[in-house]
Amino acid sequence: MRTTRRTLLQAALMTATAAHLPGTLHAQQTQPARRPIPSTGEEMPIVGLGTWITFNVGNDPALRNECANVIAAFFEAGGRMIDSSPMYGSSQPVIGYGLQKLGRPSALFSAEKVWTSSATAGPAQIEQSRRFWGVPKFDLIQVHNLLAWKPHLQTLFQMKTAGALRYVGITTSEGRRHDLLEQIMRSEPIDFVQLSYNVVDREAEARLLPLAQERGIAVIVNRPFRQGALTDRLKREKLPEWSAELGASSWAQLMLKFILAHPAVTVAIPATTRVDHVRENLSAAAGPMPDAAMRQRISAHVKAL
Amino acid sequence: MSEWWTYRAEDFLLFSPRAYWRMFELHNAALWPLHVLTLAAGLIIMLLIARQSKNLTRWVALVLAMLWIFVGWSFLWNRYSAINWAAVYIAPFFFIEGVLLAVAFLFDALAFDRRRPTDWIGYLILGFALLGQPLLAPLQGRGWAASEIFGITPDPTAIATLGVLLLARGRLLPWLLPIPVLWCLMSGVTLQTMGEPQAWVLFAALALAAVGWIWTIIRQRGSLPAA
Repeated sequence: MRTTRRTLLQAALMTATAAHLPGTLHAQQTQPARRPIPSTGEEMPIVGLGTWITFNVGNDPALRNECANVIAAFFEAGGRMIDSSPMYGSSQPVIGYGLQKLGRPSALFSAEKVWTSSATAGPAQIEQSRRFWGVPKFDLIQVHNLLAWKPHLQTLFQMKTAGALRYVGITTSEGRRHDLLEQIMRSEPIDFVQLSYNVVDREAEARLLPLAQERGIAVIVNRPFRQGALTDRLKREKLPEWSAELGASSWAQLMLKFILAHPAVTVAIPATTRVDHVRENLSAAAGPMPDAAMRQRISAHVKAL
Repeated sequence: MSEWWTYRAEDFLLFSPRAYWRMFELHNAALWPLHVLTLAAGLIIMLLIARQSKNLTRWVALVLAMLWIFVGWSFLWNRYSAINWAAVYIAPFFFIEGVLLAVAFLFDALAFDRRRPTDWIGYLILGFALLGQPLLAPLQGRGWAASEIFGITPDPTAIATLGVLLLARGRLLPWLLPIPVLWCLMSGVTLQTMGEPQAWVLFAALALAAVGWIWTIIRQRGSLPAA
């Protein structure tokens, strides 16, 4: 491997600094890095919390409490953005349960979606989602998977103008309908776009991520581990020694750092049911990030395994 | 749905295996000790069919009708829908199967009055649904509390119904078969998508039932007088 001078210096500086800091300062040092939302400049921790599958636990009291513990660990580790959708089964009321249990943390940045093919059903669905979460209003609402995107975007822009919503976005996943997404990014004044991007699925690098930078659109990255498939596949593989230069102690952290190092990415939203994993994910947002050469190396290494 | 060819079964799976199996624990805890009654009903069904008690076998259809409607309401509509919104669209089909079985009872349209070489397949499927399926949860480390019981949860209810229908004859059979078959297929695909080996139980039940029906049809055609 060819270690770049920059990554070596960053790693050495981080290690030396961390070793000499008292406990409280050390905790501050490991707070996740932040990036501004381009349309307002509001700072956002670069790792959020996804809820697809993981928070869909129905009315199970034990599993609901586990999810509440994950939310608690997420905020303790400095997280802000929690993302959900009406499509995610019981995830919305489970988030609401966790938030209520935690006394409604003020750090929360609520990211929701509208997901219905009916243009007129959008507002009622958004109101239902708001009740599930138990929030006065959402920070961000996105049109889920471009479903009936024209009328829903109109509704969301009206809500934003009326002060009932802070940001408007649109989502896709698994690399679908990128042409239409690009068209919307070029023509509509959206604040956020959400798409799938990870160490092996890199189509977004060609047009969408540069376009987001050019148009000042914040990017949320979903499926950072291909819904767990990548971490499952790699769990038997040895983490390369050079990952220590980035402060990455697991495959999940290494793959997250690959995503977060892209300058167009505002926040990645890995989903998990485990408190140790949520801490691990947020700590990947602190410390050194790979440069372009190191990013290529990470991607090539994972693809070769 | 655009770009439909890019979707995989995993894209439609809304829940984790943990949430799925925990649902059976909660459901069993909520309904206990009703399991004793439904399991006894299943064993009585098997006994009535084996003894070919003509006056009593018509009640088999009514008992099954009540259990399909109960499982559709209590499990799919009230329980499963909490983690799978599609369950509310599937529950009415359990109600329809219940109504069809009730019609079969009213018109005495299912007969269990002939011994056939394929009967052992029907008894094997029915016996597995009643006595084998409850063992799968403890055998796979999920404990007795998560057992799937006939008349309480859909898989053993549907598998048992396949066995009963394989042992029966009557004009309503083509109407009674599709819903249990489709449920076994759907549940098998769900389990397979979750990476659960138990999926093969449903596929094996369907394959055995298919062998039984094909065998019966071939025999019936072979015994018809030449035109």
